[in-house]
Amino acid sequence: MVEWQFTLLLLSNGLLIGLMYSLIALGFVLVYKATDAINFAQGEFVMIAGFVVAVALGAYGAPLWLAVPLGLAAMVAFGFGLERVMLRRLIGRPIIAVVMATIGLAAILRGVGPLTWGAETKPLVLPISDEPFILGPLFVPPIQLLGASVSIVFLGVFGWFFLKSRKGIAMRAIADSQQVAMAMGINVERYFALAWAMTGVVSALGGVIWGSMLGVDVHLSLVGFKVFPVVILGGLDSIPGAILGGLIVGVVENVAAGYVDPYVGGGTKDFAPYVLMILALMIRPYGIFGKRIIERV
Amino acid sequence: MSAVSDDARPLLAVNSIEVIYDHVILVLKGVSLRVPEGGIVALLGANGAGKSTTLKSISGLLRTERGNVTKGTIEFRGQPIHRKDPAEVVKRGIVQVMEGRHVFEHLTVEENLLTGGYTRKNGHSARADLELVYGYFPRLAERRQVRAGYVSGGEQQMVAIGRALMARPRLMLLDEPSMGLAPILVQEIFEIVSRMNREAGVAVLLAEQNATMALRFAQYGYVMENGRIVLDGDARTIGENEDIKEFYLGLSGVGQRKSYRDVKHYRRRKRWLS
Repeated sequence: MVEWQFTLLLLSNGLLIGLMYSLIALGFVLVYKATDAINFAQGEFVMIAGFVVAVALGAYGAPLWLAVPLGLAAMVAFGFGLERVMLRRLIGRPIIAVVMATIGLAAILRGVGPLTWGAETKPLVLPISDEPFILGPLFVPPIQLLGASVSIVFLGVFGWFFLKSRKGIAMRAIADSQQVAMAMGINVERYFALAWAMTGVVSALGGVIWGSMLGVDVHLSLVGFKVFPVVILGGLDSIPGAILGGLIVGVVENVAAGYVDPYVGGGTKDFAPYVLMILALMIRPYGIFGKRIIERV
Repeated sequence: MSAVSDDARPLLAVNSIEVIYDHVILVLKGVSLRVPEGGIVALLGANGAGKSTTLKSISGLLRTERGNVTKGTIEFRGQPIHRKDPAEVVKRGIVQVMEGRHVFEHLTVEENLLTGGYTRKNGHSARADLELVYGYFPRLAERRQVRAGYVSGGEQQMVAIGRALMARPRLMLLDEPSMGLAPILVQEIFEIVSRMNREAGVAVLLAEQNATMALRFAQYGYVMENGRIVLDGDARTIGENEDIKEFYLGLSGVGQRKSYRDVKHYRRRKRWLS
């Protein structure tokens, strides 16, 4: 293969994978934007969704058109429930309380998932071909194309939601100041629940797509680790930032895997985005599109 | 006009409420006051006298700060509201404009205003209400697409008041609208509030340190000190009474000061009034 073709392949692959990271990062951003909570269990949300869908498909033989909505419904319920049972009580507490609670939650979910549904890797088969599309020099696996398309659609929908819709404006208002939002009669708790439910939707989609690529077991939750470089690069509370951050992480990962790994024997793929993340924190801590604190003198 | 407190059924009646923060700190010690339908009532007093706490107990925001109304009642149009949450209170027609011009800084001026109308179900009239607010505050119309964090202090106060107006309240609780603003702007804002009161029939409970300005627009006034109402009366009576001027408004000569604390209070008030 010629050099430029190889590069192009790495790039296109990176961009598609990157969009799929963006989708998962979107789950994180939604919660952070509305509730200021940092969700360290995002990857575990994806894993649980993967389990639900894979088990429905495999063990119960449910058709796909039933299994996917079931996964969505389960994750929405999970999001609502989690907010009601755990997170609502942490409102107004120091940020570290929420961080620790979600880290704990992540550990619990990593245990409870395999405990309930079995530790072996479950296939999550989508009715699409494994044969890549060949577009000139590019090889595009259909699952990546599907994942990227779903990501774009949902990033667009949620982006519109926050920017233009009535509820979206209310959520941004809450993110700005909870107390003032309350003074305006906005029911803050209801919007928190909505944010967690929306994260549930995104996680369910992520679970289906990533689950079908990697298979469903406890390792599916590792995809959550990609969220942090994505959101730090893009800005914790920015949907366009999640897109751009995802694209950057996807490309950096692939380029590192393609060009650096052959010399060092592999592994750079996994930490290259983190190097970038730390650099980003040093140079531009609020991310590319992140909300800057407006200060007045 | 004079006998406001004798009205048969006022719009708002606060009946000897006691407020405790964090289960231990007693902040209000039996505060009673009345706001008549369509009236403007001033709540005066120094920093820390309990004005903001009184307003927050009415709007229900108190509970977001771990405060509780432990005794007494608050009635709005004859209905008890002291156990309702803020959203419910807004729905019933009371909206508070918090101290310190709290706008949503990252939202545009217009988005800020829109959030004010969220308790009403019919989203359609929001446009009409926006025009109404822009009618009162033409400056905001020019700046509708600007992020509220970047407009001037006076304009932020206008956003806060306009946003409250979007809820179509019967009663607006204004907490220190003059704070940190140039006198000319304070004058402008008070005039708009008084126009709102006349034209839209919005009653106003106005907490202010700037007593002269507040008494010029109010019909009735209460003076608070140390968590109690120490005095109430006609706005003109309060404004003219020599004792009151001396002890509560810091307008004239030297009273009997007992401690450095009093002196400090005295100077602070004097600065607001000069």
